[in-house]
Amino acid sequence: MTKRFGPVVAVDDVSLAIAEGEFFALLGPSGCGKTTLLRMLAGFETPTKGRILIDGEDYTRTPPNRRPVNMVFQSYAVFPHMTVSENIAYGLKMDGVRAAERRERVAEALALVQLEGLGDRRPDQLSGGQRQRVALARALVKRPRVVLLDEPLSALDAKLREELRFELSRLQDRVGITFVMVTHDQDEALALATRCAVMHKGSLVQVATPADLYEFPSSRLVADFIGSVNLFEGRVRVDESDHAIIDLPEAGITAWLDHGTGASETVQIWLAIRPEKMELHKRENGAAPPVMEGTPEGYNVMPGTIADIAYLGSESVYEVRLETGKMVRVIRPNLTRWDQEDFTWDEPVWLGWHAEAAAVLLQ
Amino acid sequence: MSAPDLLDYSRRWPLRLVLASVGLFLYLPLLVLVAMSFNDSRQTTVWRGFTLDWYARLGGNLELLAALGNSLAIAALATLLSLLLGTLAAIALWRFRFPGLGLVSAAFALPIVVPEICMGVAMLIFFARILPWPAGLPWPLSLGPIVIAHVAFIFPFVAVIVRARLESFNRETEEAARDLGAGPWRALLDVVVPHLKPSLVAGALLAFTLSLDDFVITFFTAGPDTVTFPVKVYSMVRFGVTPEVNAVSTVLLVLTVALTALALRVQALAGEKLAP
Repeated sequence: MTKRFGPVVAVDDVSLAIAEGEFFALLGPSGCGKTTLLRMLAGFETPTKGRILIDGEDYTRTPPNRRPVNMVFQSYAVFPHMTVSENIAYGLKMDGVRAAERRERVAEALALVQLEGLGDRRPDQLSGGQRQRVALARALVKRPRVVLLDEPLSALDAKLREELRFELSRLQDRVGITFVMVTHDQDEALALATRCAVMHKGSLVQVATPADLYEFPSSRLVADFIGSVNLFEGRVRVDESDHAIIDLPEAGITAWLDHGTGASETVQIWLAIRPEKMELHKRENGAAPPVMEGTPEGYNVMPGTIADIAYLGSESVYEVRLETGKMVRVIRPNLTRWDQEDFTWDEPVWLGWHAEAAAVLLQ
Repeated sequence: MSAPDLLDYSRRWPLRLVLASVGLFLYLPLLVLVAMSFNDSRQTTVWRGFTLDWYARLGGNLELLAALGNSLAIAALATLLSLLLGTLAAIALWRFRFPGLGLVSAAFALPIVVPEICMGVAMLIFFARILPWPAGLPWPLSLGPIVIAHVAFIFPFVAVIVRARLESFNRETEEAARDLGAGPWRALLDVVVPHLKPSLVAGALLAFTLSLDDFVITFFTAGPDTVTFPVKVYSMVRFGVTPEVNAVSTVLLVLTVALTALALRVQALAGEKLAP
């Protein structure tokens, strides 16, 4: 699909197949077109080009009220002048469901989102989390083919968000309806989705499972957007089927990889290493550098000095300055209660990573 | 003692003086008018004693009652039409982006600032030349020109009030209604209109008041058999200010003040509800 607003291309030739029962996340920074894409699925925007098929049926030009799709809005958009029950019953009323069945299904939906007994409340008597559940129940009660969620947890505070994350994924599991979520929060996408699409400037950059997105990003853009990453410019020197050797001028060292890259020796590549996959070792004058797992001596190790430490409780983040001046980020879990005292500011250290830890990025 | 605040009106005598004179010039004449309507004397300057005679006599003044009937009918019709037109105008200006939006918006607001006398003369010419209203039509139809003229200058006020209320409308709720199966009109009725309710009530009360006590525009559009309450009062005054005129004016005063107060109250309540 493509969507243009005047000269602005909001969604640029995106093709996506979402399987039944999937929890699919559209992930990207604000303005990347993910919300426009969602609104086209809901029927609030018409694609400039392309089609929307649900179960093989074309819904491209169907108005929102006649699509088997229901949306949970970012503001929840609970009707303020109706009670919780009236809110949930509204969609059924529009469908011409008779009062008796309506009551039954509303009660069912209330139980599903654990709002039993609150049916007669007014929305202004509910907390943010409860309102979100009303919005969910209102969408689910219509038994749509697809539920669309627009930043479902962004309006809630951090603690509640974490709780509802698990609840939302349990709920989706139970009802088995396809969920499509839009979010700019990578944690939310990774935690909830079975598959994610990363969008950038209206285009899809990568569609993969959360783990693949994190461990095998297809580009610097994805690697950088999902989590944090250390990127080194480099050039392949040796490329065999079972290993590769890569020069990293930025780090002043040579890297060893336990698999081939398939990259030509003439092109520039990037080596991406996640901070938690970096090891930190003490560096004493005259002592030999440590040898990394799966790596011959002298590879994947570089000297540096700790420039900054952020103690986050469960882990500590170290900013290490290499001798070339480049800063590298290392995350170290605090497995015992004294781990954070292992390293201190301005301490000379070795930085290293295993032969399988790095990802080679061609773009 | 701390230095007196410049705006602390209760302490600084010049400000108190201003306050007192405002009260004096604004309300004293009205108070005199109300008091004299209870005066047991033909003279409107000397107090003789309390009476309700003048009000009782109003009840017997058939011409005046007919004028009151005209006024109420005109106000009711003008309110209904202004509410409809004003609301639609407000929604159109809020919802649609089109070339000339600013111009149309200004055109809608123009009747608020155009001097009433100009509106009156314009309406006079309009009904004389462009849309001559047939004489001798049965009663509510004979009020046509006045109703049309009233709607023309009142509906912009309604539009302004409704437009302001729309500012606080969460458009996602309307989209939610559409998403849940409502057609465009159904969604408007089920979600937008309930949100507008306080502004519709306030707009209606204001429209009613404006229509009820309008003199200038009405004067130019009223025919001999479509005299309204304010126009009738004016013609009574021409034969001298009698206690009867005082009583009539008091009735009009109470009516408009009550309606305006109600309108303000409704709007204030809606404002409170809006800030959870």
